[in-house]
Amino acid sequence: MFLKDYISDVVNGVSSLLKGMRKTGYYFTHPKEIITEQYPDNRATLLLSERFKGEVVMPHDANNEHTCTGCTACELACPNGTIKVVTKFEVSPEGKKKKAIDTLVYRLELCTMCNLCIVACPSDAIKMAPNFEHSVFDRTKLTKVLNQPGSKIREGIE
Amino acid sequence: MFSLEGITTSVQDWLFMKFNPTMALAMECVIVILLSISLFAILGLILVLMERKVAAHIQIRLGPNRVGPGGMFQTVADTLKLIMKEGLVPDKADKFLFNLAPFVVMMVGMLLLAPIAFAKNFQIWDINIGVLYISAVSSLSVIGILMAGWASNNKYSLLGAMRSGAQIVSYELSAGFAVLTIVVLTGSLQLSEIVKAQENGWWIFKGHIPALIAFVLYIIAVTAETNRAPFDLAEAESELTAGFHTEYSGMRFALFFLAEYINIFIVCAIGATLFFGGWMPLHIGNWEAFNHIMDYIPSSVWFMGKTFFLIFLIMWFRWTFPRLRVDQLLNLEWKYLLPISLFNLLLVAIIAILGWHF
Repeated sequence: MFLKDYISDVVNGVSSLLKGMRKTGYYFTHPKEIITEQYPDNRATLLLSERFKGEVVMPHDANNEHTCTGCTACELACPNGTIKVVTKFEVSPEGKKKKAIDTLVYRLELCTMCNLCIVACPSDAIKMAPNFEHSVFDRTKLTKVLNQPGSKIREGIE
Repeated sequence: MFSLEGITTSVQDWLFMKFNPTMALAMECVIVILLSISLFAILGLILVLMERKVAAHIQIRLGPNRVGPGGMFQTVADTLKLIMKEGLVPDKADKFLFNLAPFVVMMVGMLLLAPIAFAKNFQIWDINIGVLYISAVSSLSVIGILMAGWASNNKYSLLGAMRSGAQIVSYELSAGFAVLTIVVLTGSLQLSEIVKAQENGWWIFKGHIPALIAFVLYIIAVTAETNRAPFDLAEAESELTAGFHTEYSGMRFALFFLAEYINIFIVCAIGATLFFGGWMPLHIGNWEAFNHIMDYIPSSVWFMGKTFFLIFLIMWFRWTFPRLRVDQLLNLEWKYLLPISLFNLLLVAIIAILGWHF
């Protein structure tokens, strides 16, 4: 009985080692499996995942309109004060006052890409973009204004 | 047809024609020394690059690919860096032993080069107890490692050296038994005789299952003897920083690094000689035409091909298996490898006596 256990021990051990070697041998003989991205060389063809969180951006449409209402939900949601919403009041042609954003200041150097602002936004005005080449020579360049100059809120967004 | 034998005989004839025999012999010695040192240097460069490439491809990476075409000159650049680096000696180290240790380890590798048959009639020293010489000298490297560990005055170095000592002393046994199976089959300790005995088929085919078991035991034991993963407890990076060569830097470290690869080459060369027929081309029984075609490939190419195949096998082990614990290591040797190799030796003795092998 002891001998049987001993032999089955050896056989099991060898077969499990061979199983591992089969896997690594497969990888060795199949260069197609290589997952290395040769980054600066393949910059043009680099594919990043949809979900990659690189920085917060505010999408604008063709008429230079965004959907930000200036509700400051993102500012409140941000755990480390990355976003600062500066609001103003716009007077509509009918004479009604309406709250809108003057600037949405985003400080990339403070951002941890936690995605809480995007979740908090009620009108999907901001989103995460897959950009990661953020290095600059001057720190002040990391403080960005997300709404483009002269942009307006899109009609019908409250 | 290209053969190294022709070159050596013409060089020898020329030397003996021009000088008196003593001078000629001395010059031959110098040539051999130069050749073996350059072989070491080239092997170091090639094997380190090969290891990195094999490791990368097994781990689905690309490996070095910037310096030169396909990363060819990466190891040359690394060597240049190591040569220019300052060789630090710790303050409280035993200076003499500390400086001596890497050379002891290298010297063992050089001594082991002597009886290896690189090609047909291309051998430094065809000693009639070649196998005994190899198994005697190969275990000397533990002295260098213990020296390095003790002289460094560092607890990690000492621990690594002690582990290495336990490991080499244990695995020497099953490596010896695996080698003995082939000696039993051949009936000679001389490496050229062992190669000659495989003219009609390599021992791994002719020796049936016992030779195959002996080969597996041999490859496991020499992986442990050369301190390679999965038996790299002596320099376990995650536990002992770098084991016995923690305190070494610059060229002394490079010598240890080189010695590791030289030892791999040597044990693989010996394995190729014993089990795969050394420089002997692949001959199958009495298929005259096939054997004739195989003879056209130079014997040095056969030898190097087999050796590098075994080196690849050992590298494959390294990048597949996780490291053993020290108790598992000794269990494997004393409870599994040694009993199996003893039994295997008995089996092979029966086969040899009854003449069951081809």
